[in-house]
Amino acid sequence: MPSNPSRRSVLGVLLSGAAVLALPVRALALSVDQASRLVQSLVNEVNTVIASGKSEAGMFADFERIFIRYADVPTIAQRVLGPAARSASSAQMSAYVKAFTGYISRRYGRRFREFIGGKIEVVDARAIKSFYEVITVARLRGQEPFDLRFHVSDKSGKLLFFNMIIEGVNMMAAESTEIRAMLDKRRGNMDQMIEDLKRAG
Amino acid sequence: MTAFDKIPLHKSLLTGLVLSVAFLSACAVPVDRSDNDPTEIANREVFEFNRRLDKAVIRPVGVVAGTLTPDPVRAGVDNMVKNLDTPGYVVNGLLQGRLENAFSNVFRFGINSTLGVAGIFDPATDFGFPLKETDFGETMHVWGAGEGRYLVVPVLGPTTERDLAGKVVDTLMNPTRAFVSADHKDIVTGLKVAETVYDRYDYLDVIDDALYGSADPYAQARLAYLQNRNHLLGIDSSDDYIDPYEDPYAE
Repeated sequence: MPSNPSRRSVLGVLLSGAAVLALPVRALALSVDQASRLVQSLVNEVNTVIASGKSEAGMFADFERIFIRYADVPTIAQRVLGPAARSASSAQMSAYVKAFTGYISRRYGRRFREFIGGKIEVVDARAIKSFYEVITVARLRGQEPFDLRFHVSDKSGKLLFFNMIIEGVNMMAAESTEIRAMLDKRRGNMDQMIEDLKRAG
Repeated sequence: MTAFDKIPLHKSLLTGLVLSVAFLSACAVPVDRSDNDPTEIANREVFEFNRRLDKAVIRPVGVVAGTLTPDPVRAGVDNMVKNLDTPGYVVNGLLQGRLENAFSNVFRFGINSTLGVAGIFDPATDFGFPLKETDFGETMHVWGAGEGRYLVVPVLGPTTERDLAGKVVDTLMNPTRAFVSADHKDIVTGLKVAETVYDRYDYLDVIDDALYGSADPYAQARLAYLQNRNHLLGIDSSDDYIDPYEDPYAE
């Protein structure tokens, strides 16, 4: 009887089902590993710049480049702008993303300076929502060790980080507050905000 | 977050008790909104006052004192203040039922008060007794109190109803104050003021960025204080994590 499944096909279905179930688990473990390697590699690059003995200005330029290479800046830019992104023209959006890239890399790249004389260790990584959280401990000169987390995703097509949580403080939440406050101060004038963003950070 | 939150409150015993009882009952209902700020207009005025105070006094004094004082002296002041506060951490650790932390702080206090020469040095950390800082605000959190409303207090800066009540209780019940004679109390206060000023210098760039490099410093300070405080209390915030790939235009 065709409707009566043979033992073989049941086994086959069960096995393939098991394979389907096993696949995400393996893929997840792999990605958690890749996510922490991404952060480790970011940390190593920062440390290399610090060890280079360059001038501070030279280091800042390097830190900005590292930030841009490892972060999904367009996604961060759009998310922190919020609903205003929907009513902006595509020309405005591309000008905004460009200005935001400079702003955020200056603002947080500069912070990498505090890594001088310190080190960052990856201690754990886990899958959370649709992304990965890489937990590090930053031991910086003259400061108590602090908790620094990177949120990593490959949804952009590339494995990149899109958020940092510094002792519980959410970078994206802080930047949403900042960008939306800038826009409010200029009565929603997007072009003016973009101009000012070019000089901020 | 400002560095002002370490100056002790000098409130009369009665006011302190009345306030803390009022606050304790007010924050009995847990509130999980991260921006519970119904008195924002008043808070903003106090915040602006604090910002002007920082600009006129605390920042310039911090820069001068921080530049002139050698690093080991600053570290010594920091160690002494934390050592003087350690008996308070012990009491709170016991009230929280965190016996391990409490006993670790007991050993720590013993070692640093003797070998550490009245707390100037910190050999206890090397002996495996790292500082377990806590406060009565955390104790109330352990007992189930929510943070209550967000508040900005003159000089002290950002806090919440629960944390301000905690500070009042900590100041009143600090065991060190009970055993320190009247003329030494001035020294303790002096050390605390010095530590606050040095902190301003140690976190110069971060605090400058927050207070003077933002379109809305008030909102930044509120967000930083509340999120950091929850992190220090061990509250899991992963539900609030932003997933920009799920909802790119969200509020």
